[in-house]
Amino acid sequence: MAVKSSFSNMILALGCICLVCSALLGLVNHVTAEPIAAANLAKTNSAIKAVTPEFDNVPSEEVMTVEVDGKEYKVYPAKYQDKIIGYAVEVMPTGFGGVIDMLVGFDAETGIIYNTSVISHSETPGLGAKISDTGAGSFRAQFDGMNPAATKFMVKKDGGDIDAITASTITSRAFTSGVAQAYKVYLTIKGEDAADVVTGASNQNWEE
Amino acid sequence: MAGRWKLITKGFVKDNPTFALVLGMCPTLGTTTSAINGMGMGVATMCVLVLSNMVISAVARFIPDKVRIPSYIVIISAFVTIVQLLMQAYLPSLYETLGLFIPLIVVNCIVLGRAEAFANKNGVLDSACDGLGIGLGFTLSLTVVGLVREILGSGSAFGWKFMAPDGMLLFVLAPGAFIVLGYLMVLFRKLTTK
Amino acid sequence: MEYILIIISAVFVNNILLSQFLGVCPFLGVSKKVGTALGMSAAVTFVMALATCVTYLLQYYVLVPFGVEFLQTVCFILVIAGLVQMVEIIIKKISPSLYQALGIFLPLITTNCAVLGVALMVVQKQFTFGGEAHMLNLGQSVVFAIASAIGFGLAIVLFAGIREQLELSNVPKQFKGVPIALITAGIMAMAFMGFSGMV
Repeated sequence: MAVKSSFSNMILALGCICLVCSALLGLVNHVTAEPIAAANLAKTNSAIKAVTPEFDNVPSEEVMTVEVDGKEYKVYPAKYQDKIIGYAVEVMPTGFGGVIDMLVGFDAETGIIYNTSVISHSETPGLGAKISDTGAGSFRAQFDGMNPAATKFMVKKDGGDIDAITASTITSRAFTSGVAQAYKVYLTIKGEDAADVVTGASNQNWEE
Repeated sequence: MAGRWKLITKGFVKDNPTFALVLGMCPTLGTTTSAINGMGMGVATMCVLVLSNMVISAVARFIPDKVRIPSYIVIISAFVTIVQLLMQAYLPSLYETLGLFIPLIVVNCIVLGRAEAFANKNGVLDSACDGLGIGLGFTLSLTVVGLVREILGSGSAFGWKFMAPDGMLLFVLAPGAFIVLGYLMVLFRKLTTK
Repeated sequence: MEYILIIISAVFVNNILLSQFLGVCPFLGVSKKVGTALGMSAAVTFVMALATCVTYLLQYYVLVPFGVEFLQTVCFILVIAGLVQMVEIIIKKISPSLYQALGIFLPLITTNCAVLGVALMVVQKQFTFGGEAHMLNLGQSVVFAIASAIGFGLAIVLFAGIREQLELSNVPKQFKGVPIALITAGIMAMAFMGFSGMV
């Protein structure tokens, strides 16, 4: 029933199939490129919305890049009536299973943490993945409304102020150090000295 | 029409890919952390199955026997990529949850298996029904495994949390997948062998 | 030093089979005898290392520069299929007895999710070995592939040993075969979970 397996036939058949498939894929890729970019943007935008007070600009279009300690961080300014009311700082600490892509929103004036959100992570389900949980009593709830200037950003086990997730110390440490890094970025934007911020990322003893 | 209906329903129990044929184990274990994830994976696989079965059935006559398998592989992987791109664009959260397992549909023994065993010998519509049947059976088993793991491990069903405590964590992790699947298979056997 | 971390992580902590669920079909099919399991793992190791090397180069020197990353799945699986064919021909010439022993399992390596899985992982995921997350370079990728294959082999061979014992035990009728194998695998997976936190 199949065509004879001569060399030229084989090449022709395989070649045709590859060509048609590649063309089809190219087409679909082209068509979906925009929705994919839009979906990614929507994710970032909704995360920004969650961590800053109500704004009327499009923060993702006004993204700034701030350099702290040799690393670059993206900062999304939230504006209301042309006045900057909040900064959403994107940090990517290394967690247990991979990179944690997270946003920390600071009130522009006071530096109080408005909220945190996690864009993506690869932590263990049921354990480290609890960094995605929100609501009263969740790990992230303790960061809402926190004053970074008065907080030791390390888990209680390491002598800091942060309650870790049970049995997920590494993930909790990573998230906490992410928040501390974000605060450093915020201070840098405000032009203040970021050297005193304890990040807990390096296991140094907290001095002062 | 009765024949076609039979093609579709046989995939549910008699030829259930997971419990009867023991095929497609990797995604069954890897994507069933919740009922929705399992269902999503099943539907994605089903789409690839139906589409590739149809195309392969249509062009099987023109493909020389020696390049049969590579040709099928190209066709299947093309559809997998299309499904992948569409999911990335329109179902981004499911796409992220299923992660690596979406491109792995291409090596899901079920897809290539059906192409070899059925699609290259039968008509387009029959092959589509066969793909649909097996795909639905696969989706069913994935959803069931996912549901059991979700209920036991997270205290929720289809995302709706009905138990305040979280349930036994083990079931959402790797060992739980193996164990749940093993016990479900025993249950399936008990129910199907009279 | 990083290579040691990669190896330990891939073999024990994130065992490709017991914690990533890749390569389960051959796992359930081949692991009935220790001898076949060993042969299978050797073949898989070879194919995985070679495939990862080729697909890595393909990704970064062809797919990315030409902007056709969407052809990734198609190209990768074709490379793997081709390599398996090649390995089959070579083994047939070099050692016909090994070829006989492996039988049907050799072409089945093509559909082994582990091979495609590892090839995709090294070009898609960022790895965190004792520090910052980053993508692997070619050398690290190949080491990762070999280590993953060793992890696969370890799981399969251990399992074959257990299964040989299971054959002689009194297993309830409905559990015989695949179900008891799955449950045993689950317990093994639990044991391997004990390695987590090692890196």
